[in-house]
Amino acid sequence: MIEFRLPSLGAEMDEGTLLEWKVKPGDHVRKGDVVAVVDTSKSAIDVEIWDEGTIYELVLDVQETVPVGTVMARLLEPGETPEHAEEEKRKRAAAVAGAPTPSPAVPAARAPVAAAAGASPAAATEDRQRVSPAARKLAAEVGVALAQVAGTGPDGTITRDDVARSAATKVPPKDRWSEMRRAIAAAMARSKREIPHYYLATDIPLAAVTRWLAERNEQRSVTGRVLLAVPLLKAVARALVRYPEFNGHFRDGAFVPGGGVHLGVAISLRQGGLIAPAIRDVDAMDIDELMRRLADLVARARALTLRSSEMTDATITVTNLGEQGVELVQGVIYPPQVALVGFGKVTVRPWVEGGKVVAAPVVTASLAADHRTSDGRRGALLLAEIARLLQDPGSLDEAAR
Amino acid sequence: MDETALRQAVFATLRRIAPEVAPAELAPDRPLRDQVDLDSIDWLNFLLGLHDALGVEIPETDYAALVTLDDVVAYLRARLA
Repeated sequence: MIEFRLPSLGAEMDEGTLLEWKVKPGDHVRKGDVVAVVDTSKSAIDVEIWDEGTIYELVLDVQETVPVGTVMARLLEPGETPEHAEEEKRKRAAAVAGAPTPSPAVPAARAPVAAAAGASPAAATEDRQRVSPAARKLAAEVGVALAQVAGTGPDGTITRDDVARSAATKVPPKDRWSEMRRAIAAAMARSKREIPHYYLATDIPLAAVTRWLAERNEQRSVTGRVLLAVPLLKAVARALVRYPEFNGHFRDGAFVPGGGVHLGVAISLRQGGLIAPAIRDVDAMDIDELMRRLADLVARARALTLRSSEMTDATITVTNLGEQGVELVQGVIYPPQVALVGFGKVTVRPWVEGGKVVAAPVVTASLAADHRTSDGRRGALLLAEIARLLQDPGSLDEAAR
Repeated sequence: MDETALRQAVFATLRRIAPEVAPAELAPDRPLRDQVDLDSIDWLNFLLGLHDALGVEIPETDYAALVTLDDVVAYLRARLA
């Protein structure tokens, strides 16, 4: 039996609310299938599953808010029978009941809500809460999470009256904006507390790449047009292949290199706040493909329809604050990542070229990096490599390295 | 396509990118990007949406002519004529 648990969709997430099941018992699922939509403090996210199997039971109800790690559904492994799953469930329930306290690393399947109603703790932890159909309907209508309702009916069943009582005392709906601020505060405070940041910056002339883009776009329909952000992202990805100590995660006291260059792209959200979903394997992508992926990602982030893998895959974040008019970004690293590359506004500045001062478009690129995993010298080389790659934009368009 | 239908098509495209926009609150003769938070990718997605909905090709050199909502509608009308 496979237990599908609520995944963490970012450093700041500690709970989620189930908005919708995309599957039902009996459905066959494969790796990467979207099985549920979960609301985090930032956005509704399509949650993917990473196992193959057949949905056996959906444990969570829509509108329930539960901690990360909570069992959401159970699946039959290929070839497994329902009888076998039931037996395994009983065994696990017995093990949970026998343990003095659930391990904090693996939260118990459910808060033992039924305990208040007199059911045995083992049954409460593992069995589905009994809910009358009328109560379930009312809970959905008024937006009450059944996990937070104490049942007073037979065997602790939640009745319609229980839901009504709970709704009457319910706290007002959470304010998404203040929740997002809280989430960002938690992640950024952790970053500043744990990561010894160092900061570097360099000016990069962009005449070659802007000329290359203008010529390319001139001949193209709007469907094939490429924005400057794309070669910037591509240059970062290529440079990271050469300086891999900036690409990955810091976990349990050690650096774990990323299994590919997956760029988290910082995108501001319309209601305020920001989100940094990932585009995978940017180093191996040609310019047109990267443009399509970026446009799609931005549109979906703004419309709040991202997928769970996009929220957790990033191995480094790139932020582009140029459109807001600033020239220099000194970023805060998003844990467990170890670096952040920032680009400011592209401005025409005096630039010395071949002994002459010319007016050239220039961007200031910056690096915030984790001193536990890299030093300033390597950081300087990374920025220099980004600058070098941008002088030869044609080479950035090669899909393979 | 008459003026009203065209305007509706433009609004529908805009709202797919910026769902918070209320058409009634937009001043059609003021710069669109001052009134709606559209970055360069949103803007490109807006033009892509117009291209898909109306089949109009908008070259990059014409961007300068597309400042206000009225500009966009007038431009599209001319191109569709």
